[in-house]
Formats: sequence, C-alpha cells, structure tokens
Amino acid sequence: MNLLHSPANATPPSQIGNIHALLAEIAALLGKLAENGGSGFIDLKSLPLAPGEARQLHDILGRGEVTASIDALGPSEIIETRYPGVWRVLHRNAGGDITADLLEIAHIPEILKAHPDDVRTSRLRVLERLAGTQ
Amino acid sequence: MNDADFLLWVRGPGMIIAVAVFVFGVLVRFLEMWLLGKNVDLAEPKGAAFGAGVRTMFTRSAPCGEEMCDGGFVLFSSWAFHIAFVLIFLFLAPHILFLKSILGFGWPALPKALMTILAIIGIISMVALLVHRFFHAVRNFLGKTVDYVAWTATFLPLLTGYLAAHSPLFGYSMSLALHILSFEIFIVLIPFTKLMHMFTVWVARYINGAAFGRKGVAV
Amino acid sequence: MPDPFMTLGEKLALQGVTRRTFLKYCTSLASLMALPPAMAAEMAEKLAKSTRQPVIWLSFQECTGCTESIARSHSPTLESLIFDAISLDYHHTLQAASGGAAEAARLASMKEHYGKYILVVDGAIPMKDGGVYSTIAGISNYDMLIDTAKGAAAIIAAGTCAAYGGLPHANPNPTGAVSVSDIVKDKPIINVPGCPPIATVMTGVIAHVLTLGALPELDEQKRPKVFFGDTIHDRCYRRPFYDQGKFAKTFDDEGARNGWCLFELGCKGPVTRNACATLKWNGGASFPIESGHPCLGCSEPNFWDAGDFYRALPEPAGKVLTTAAAAVAAGAVIGIAAGAIGRRKKAKAAAERKPVTSDDLK
Repeated sequence: MNLLHSPANATPPSQIGNIHALLAEIAALLGKLAENGGSGFIDLKSLPLAPGEARQLHDILGRGEVTASIDALGPSEIIETRYPGVWRVLHRNAGGDITADLLEIAHIPEILKAHPDDVRTSRLRVLERLAGTQ
Repeated sequence: MNDADFLLWVRGPGMIIAVAVFVFGVLVRFLEMWLLGKNVDLAEPKGAAFGAGVRTMFTRSAPCGEEMCDGGFVLFSSWAFHIAFVLIFLFLAPHILFLKSILGFGWPALPKALMTILAIIGIISMVALLVHRFFHAVRNFLGKTVDYVAWTATFLPLLTGYLAAHSPLFGYSMSLALHILSFEIFIVLIPFTKLMHMFTVWVARYINGAAFGRKGVAV
Repeated sequence: MPDPFMTLGEKLALQGVTRRTFLKYCTSLASLMALPPAMAAEMAEKLAKSTRQPVIWLSFQECTGCTESIARSHSPTLESLIFDAISLDYHHTLQAASGGAAEAARLASMKEHYGKYILVVDGAIPMKDGGVYSTIAGISNYDMLIDTAKGAAAIIAAGTCAAYGGLPHANPNPTGAVSVSDIVKDKPIINVPGCPPIATVMTGVIAHVLTLGALPELDEQKRPKVFFGDTIHDRCYRRPFYDQGKFAKTFDDEGARNGWCLFELGCKGPVTRNACATLKWNGGASFPIESGHPCLGCSEPNFWDAGDFYRALPEPAGKVLTTAAAAVAAGAVIGIAAGAIGRRKKAKAAAERKPVTSDDLK
C-alpha cells in the first residue's frame, strides 16, 4: 500500500510483532554472511507491515557510515544501516516513484559492483581514448 | 457463464423479471382480496367495529398476556428478526442506492457497525426460530413445506448480504450476484406464499378486530 | 541494420545502458512480480544475454491504444528500451516496412524462428461472414491468427479486445467479434486485459517471459495473478472513505472535492481486477479514481455491456422503473377484474341464499 497515503498520525509502536520477526530474520542472514559469505535479501515492499512499522524499522536500523547514490534511469540510494552488512537498497524510476525497497545483507550490495561485462566495455573505451590522444 | 456475466444478468434481466412478477403478483392478489370484501354479518351489532379494528392492528403486535406465551421466546425472536430485517433493508447504504434508483429519492443511511450487529441478530433469531419450530411438537406438526421455503427465501438474502459485505466466500462479484439473486427469489415468492403478510397484515388484523368488535368482544 | 547476433546487453550498452541498470530494472521487476529478490541477478544475466527474441505482433479489430500504451513513454525507461530492442519482426504501427514487404517479413520470421517466437495479439477477431470485417493483405484476421499461432511458443493477448472481445464484442456485436482464447486452444495464452493495459504490466509480462522463459502464474481467466490478483477496491487508497461511508454523490460536490469514495458514482472497483491502484498509469502518475473518475472495470469481460458506467453496483442495470410501472398497470387491471369476479360470485351467493330457520334444523 502506498505509504504516502497513510494517516499522518500513525499508530504507536506496533503490537503485531512484525519488527521482532524481521530483526530475527536479519540476524539469521547476518549469521549466514559471516559463516560462508552468502548474501541475503528481504523485499520490504512485499511485506504487510502495519502503519508505522516501516518507520519503526528504519528508526531501529538507522544509518551507518556509507551512503551511495546511483543515477541509472532514475535515482537509487544505498544506505548502510548502523549494522554493518545490513544495507537498505532503494530504487526509484525517473519519475521518482519507488520501484524497489530492499534490505540486502552482504559485504557490499551487488548493485554497487561494476559488472564484468561493463568492465570489459570500459577497457575498450579507455583504449579508444588512449588511441585518440596519441 | 463467469462471475461478471452472472452479476450482470442478476442486475439486469433478472431484476426486471423479479420486479415484474412481484409487483404484478402483489397487486393482483391484494386487490382481489381487498375487493372481495367481508362476509355480511347478519346479526345485530353489539359493539363498534371501527375502533376495535384499529385497536387490534396494534394489540396483535404483542399477542401474549402476562404469561408471555412460550416464555416469550417466539415473541422476542420474531420481533428481533423483523426489526433487523426492515432496518437493514431500508437503511443500509447500498440498499438506499438501489431504492433511490427506482423511487427517485433517497435518505440518510445508518452506520455500518449498527447494520452488522442487526444482521447478526437477524441471522441468529431466524435460525433459533427454525430450530424451535422443528423441535416443537405442535409447530412441527403444523408446518408445511411452503413454510420452510418461505423461511429459506427470507434467510438467504440476510446471509448472502452479510457474507458479501464481510467475507466474500467466492469473491466479491459472485457474492454480490448471489445476494441480489436471493433477493429476486424472495420477492418473486412473495405473491405466492404467506410472505404476502407484509402487505396484508394490517388489513387482516383490522378485519378480525372489527368483526369481533361488532360482536362486542375485545380482542 | 541491427546485428542479429548482438545480445540485448550489448545493444543497450551502445546506448550507454550499463549492466548495473539491468540489475536495477530486474530488481524492480522481481519485486513487482513477487519473485524472490535473489533472482534479480539471474534475471539480469538472462535478459542481457538474450538475443533478439522474435516477437510477432498481430493487430486485429483494435484501436491501437494497447500499442500506444506501451510505445509512449514520457521519460525513457528500461521497459521502453527493451521494447525497442526486442526483435519486433512485425507490427503495423511501429514497423518501417509496409504492404507486401511487411507480410514477407512476417512469414520469414515465422519460418526462421518456428516454435520460438512470441505472438502478441491486440484487437478482437471478427467471425461473421467468413471474417471479412477485418482483413490484412486480403487475409482474414482468423486465418492469420490460426496460421501464425502454429509456430508460436506462447501467445500474449494484449488488451481487453484480444483477451475477451472488448469493444467490437459489445452489444450487438455486428461483426461476430471473439477473443483469442475463443479461437486458439492448443497454445499457452496469457491474457493481459485492460482498455488499454497498464504499460508496466504489459512490459513486465513480456520481460518475465523473456527473462525466465516461462509464463507467470495465471488465474482461471489466464491473467497473471501478480497483476490481476487483487481488485481495485482492495488496494484503493480511498478505501477508508468507503469503509466510513463517505461517498461523493456528484462530480463536483464537497465529497468529490475531498476525494471521497466514488462508489455511488458507479465505481466498478469492487468487481475489477487490475493493478491500477498500486502501479498506476503513465509511470505511476495517477489512475482514474485518483483523478476523480470512477473505475470503468475495463479489464473485466463485457465491461461495455455491464450497465451504465455511472450506475452504482447495487443499482439495477435495466429499466426497472418502467417495468414496475407496467406491472402496476397490468396488476391493477387484473386485480380489479379478479376482485370484480369475486364480488359477483359473492352477490350471486347472497342472492341465492335460502334463509334457514330453527324449524329446518329439527
């Protein structure tokens, strides 16, 4: 449900307990990451959070040391939470609407890495540039 | 036929047929009865007919005396069901929309929460009355098939309406279609069954009361 | 002339679209289609590595609205770029070729990619009088559909006309218009109804088929559950007003200006399944209810014949008042006649009554 249309006076901390369950899942995924380096995801858009729970979750997760912005056919924002290894990945389209809102539990979010194919293309372009400056 | 077509049929041709049969049937039956008039009472009148007739229209609403016949169960349950049914039919917002489209005018609706409570009261009292009738020796004996048919025709709109509004079992389209269909079956059966009492009750009470009043007996 | 062996990734890289952008798009697509986020990387790989997925687009009895819905985009999105980059071998509005050359292109693609091309159909198919009411290059729509469907891997019926018959099928249906599903029985069909369908839904379905090589989960009307699983009503932001009984009664009253529920103005949201309330239109700008107009129910079968657009669902769709008036007249006549007959019988009985005295009873 579009959060923009939630009532401004959201209900107080939820009694439903979704936050507790989410934090437990995050802990489990962090365990997996520490053990064998495998990353995990939680799609926040797919979760039926009660009004105010989304805000509560982000209050708990907070902000860490790293913020990255991406401009790829619309802005995206990567925010390290106060728990290293837990990143918030927020994708928006060119119109500014949120198209994906995830938690990625990883050493570094996949989307920040340069893709091998792009790296190959880069090399060619740099070589072209070099040839042009001769 | 899928859900959407079924809903369209009950809202369209189904409603036309049902309203036509209902209006035509009620008018024919009512007018015929009314115009037939009373039997001539050749005896000397010993009391006033009119006053007694009017009185009986109201006293029959609480027919039991101090002993509250049957412990008052049937009396209270019947009252509860009738009040619930009438209030829901006339004051639920979508029903007002329906009636407004036919009559040309509407009126304010009652809150949904109240309607829900009334619906539950209506459903429970109807089921209770049915069970009571079934297990009560005399009423069971007197009961005919048409009585149970009339009960079912009255119960289904209440049940399907509640389900459509609260937890559509088969999806909203089908639930709404079933509710409208159950209403159509209900009104089609009115001219042919004792459900006609909704139109004849006041006249019947008056005639009975007037007849007894003329004989000088207060009922 | 595009290199037929260039992958989608390579082609878009030439336009400056990085693999990172692919991953972003597939992450959004996975979220949209309720797939696990971890699949996004795999989907992005497949999408980028896909060579020109041949698509044949047949336009029959249609208004071209479905094509316009997809082809128009005010800001470039990856959907529109993908759409440009799929091998659209045949499309009346978008292709450069015309006449005999166009038909030749279609036949060539069918032959070359037999069993592998995706067939998209928009518009209904007229059946009356041998299908003469819509023909292309002298071939009836019916013949072209049967012929082209043979080698298709899957068929996407785009828009309400192709999915259900739509406007041509509406009363009195003078051309005998039918849907794709009425004709093709032996191929997997995805219905993507809507008049037109939401662009994101269309491209999401095509992208799903491209990236996963499989159909998304479909409901009993062959619509992708992920987009058509919920009714508009269940996702509408004005739902709290419905629940509180706050309805707009006319189009410019206080309720309407306050954005109250449009149920009483004929909104078909409760009986319509589509993604309008969540995905919205024109890149998420708005949708009819948000703009103040009740839902027409355009992604449901026979919505054109479902009674007045501005008559609420509880209201009858037909002329009940006229019927009731006629029934009153007829009932009054018959009722009075029956009553008169009854009275005559009564009078006759009274006239023939023989008084009884106590002597008679001895």
